[in-house]
Amino acid sequence: MARAVSPRRRMIFTVLAWSIAFVIFFPVLWTVLTSFKTEGEAIHLPPKFIFFDWTLENYAVVQERSNYLKFAMNSVFLALGSTFFALVIAIPAAWAMAFAPGKYTKDILMWMLSTKMMPPVGALIPLYLIFRDLGLLDTRGGIIAVLMLLNLPIIIWMLYTYFKEIPGEILEASRMDGASVGKELLYVLAPMAVPGIASTVLLNIILAWNEAFWTLSLTTKDAAPLTQFIASYSSPEGLFWAKLSAASTMAIAPILVLGWFAQKQLVRGLTFGAVK
Amino acid sequence: MNFIAKGVFGALMFSAMASTALAETTLTIATVNNGDMIRMQGLTEDFTSKNPDIKLEWVTLEENVLREKVTTDIATKGGQFDVLTIGTYEVPIWGKKGWLVPLTMVDDPADLLPAIAGGLTVDGKLMAAPFYGESSMVMYRTDLVDATGMKMPDAPTWKDIKEIAAKITDRDKEIYGVCLRGKAGWGENMAFLTATSNSFGARWFDENWKPQFDQPEWKDTLNFYLDLMKESGPPGASSNGFNENLALFNSGKCGMWIDATVAASFVTNPKDSQVADKVGFALAPDNGLGKRGNWLWAWSLAIPAGTQKEEAAQKFIGWATSKAYTELVASKEGWANVPPGTRTSLYANPEYQKVPFAKMTLDSINSADPTKPTVKPVPYVGVQFVAIPEFAGIATTTGQIFSAALAGEKTADEALAEAQDVATREMTKAGYIK
Repeated sequence: MARAVSPRRRMIFTVLAWSIAFVIFFPVLWTVLTSFKTEGEAIHLPPKFIFFDWTLENYAVVQERSNYLKFAMNSVFLALGSTFFALVIAIPAAWAMAFAPGKYTKDILMWMLSTKMMPPVGALIPLYLIFRDLGLLDTRGGIIAVLMLLNLPIIIWMLYTYFKEIPGEILEASRMDGASVGKELLYVLAPMAVPGIASTVLLNIILAWNEAFWTLSLTTKDAAPLTQFIASYSSPEGLFWAKLSAASTMAIAPILVLGWFAQKQLVRGLTFGAVK
Repeated sequence: MNFIAKGVFGALMFSAMASTALAETTLTIATVNNGDMIRMQGLTEDFTSKNPDIKLEWVTLEENVLREKVTTDIATKGGQFDVLTIGTYEVPIWGKKGWLVPLTMVDDPADLLPAIAGGLTVDGKLMAAPFYGESSMVMYRTDLVDATGMKMPDAPTWKDIKEIAAKITDRDKEIYGVCLRGKAGWGENMAFLTATSNSFGARWFDENWKPQFDQPEWKDTLNFYLDLMKESGPPGASSNGFNENLALFNSGKCGMWIDATVAASFVTNPKDSQVADKVGFALAPDNGLGKRGNWLWAWSLAIPAGTQKEEAAQKFIGWATSKAYTELVASKEGWANVPPGTRTSLYANPEYQKVPFAKMTLDSINSADPTKPTVKPVPYVGVQFVAIPEFAGIATTTGQIFSAALAGEKTADEALAEAQDVATREMTKAGYIK
């Protein structure tokens, strides 16, 4: 039986939760507010919170100087493309590991995860040379492949965890009814794992959208996503804080909206199997 | 029929030749995000209208991202760029390695300021054309200095700076005598400290490439810097770079700020600065040893070896660094917005002489000599850096050590001993020390 929570305790927790949420959200809020200031007000000390002359000048400058749509479309292609191809590989891999584990399955899973621990800069020059020789520098295909490989270990791990929660007997039953492996995956496993797959997809889209090291290193102009759009407004010597904030707001807006609408699925997927 | 066939063939040949003649060359230009470069992007119609067969594509990036990207590309011969924006640190190193194409279409090379051109010349050939040059100088609040009853000399000593800073400092009112770079990085605190050390007679390496952090000159430099900042600097100075100090100065929190000459246009712009009408300028300080604590830097345009579009790239660099471009900027946006620090003729122009910081910028640039940066002889080129590939790595680490000393995490002696160890280890590993 659930323990009763007193109204006072509930209020304290509510205030605490909102305070923590505000602290976490504050950098984003500050970026958005700064994007509406002039450069002079952006560096004003003490900082002005909301009482300043609001202006859309920075957005106008950014629109005039950069082709936002081109960068944004590249981000969409890279995020969706890398997620799609990662799923094509990860679903069968996770299925095999969850339902037909071998002697070394755990070791393979650990090895896959360990590749995430390598500093990416260590692989920069070899990968750059491979890309140069294959003509993949500044191509969407090339960077989709890199992002897909980059996030594959996490996707396989997540899907493996979700698949493990599905009783193997159901799959066995479908086999008894004559389902092939493909049909078993498509019509039995996939529908049951929809929450898990959905949260994996969302997480991978967010990771791919935010990835900066490889997208900045391997793209120049044709395949450059929003990370490069932001980097073009940063400067250690000069007044660009307000413009940088406007560019950052424009870059995070789509993924923020997606995250907002999908938060239910995301939380459900991420906590799937946490409570038994 | 034969006649018609010949006609058609001739027309096809003509159109093929015409399309070859009008074939468009697209130049991909890697550039740094700053006011002058962005202004140039807005004025390129002047170039493309004169060169309709050349199209320009810009890749604008934050300077550290740009440096990493361009270095990776040129070192691996990736061929992603046709024109590069690089600094005075890269030019001598890349020029010696044969990574850059000598420039042949620079407008009146003899007009370039000798101090700037010297740092961009390798084996007598100009490897990069300066787009704008900068040094460092003292920017100070005339009202606060006047209130102390003291006077800021045009060419102050470090003693002057320390005394004036101490008198200006009023911690209760959050006014600090001096704001200096403290953020770790070879282009951050180490640019300032290396330039300062020159005026104290210190050097990075002796003639045999032995690091010199264990010498009394470096000890004097670091102790002076730490004492000055402790006495008159703002809190949390170990996190402050150019932009943080600019924010402090423009908000009226700093009595003095010693930094890049390019900051002069920001601190005197009433739109951005609360103290725009109360700013004076002076040369970077010295210690009476014949060298001032100012640096020398130029963002320059260069062509990577191996580009297939060299002729178009030469034309573009010739245009962007020409006297005509300077006049174009002046006609559209005023003389104060002209890229500074590259040409003698600019400083001889009576219109430009009216810009308040013009003379001090020129004097600062002229007082820096990259080939003889400090009092004692050195085996390297560079005022606030050492133009060897290993420098960036070593100076980044020593920058972190000195920044920690500023934050009070270690003493000056400990920091110098650590810096000496790091520099010795890296220089030995790189083969400079046998």
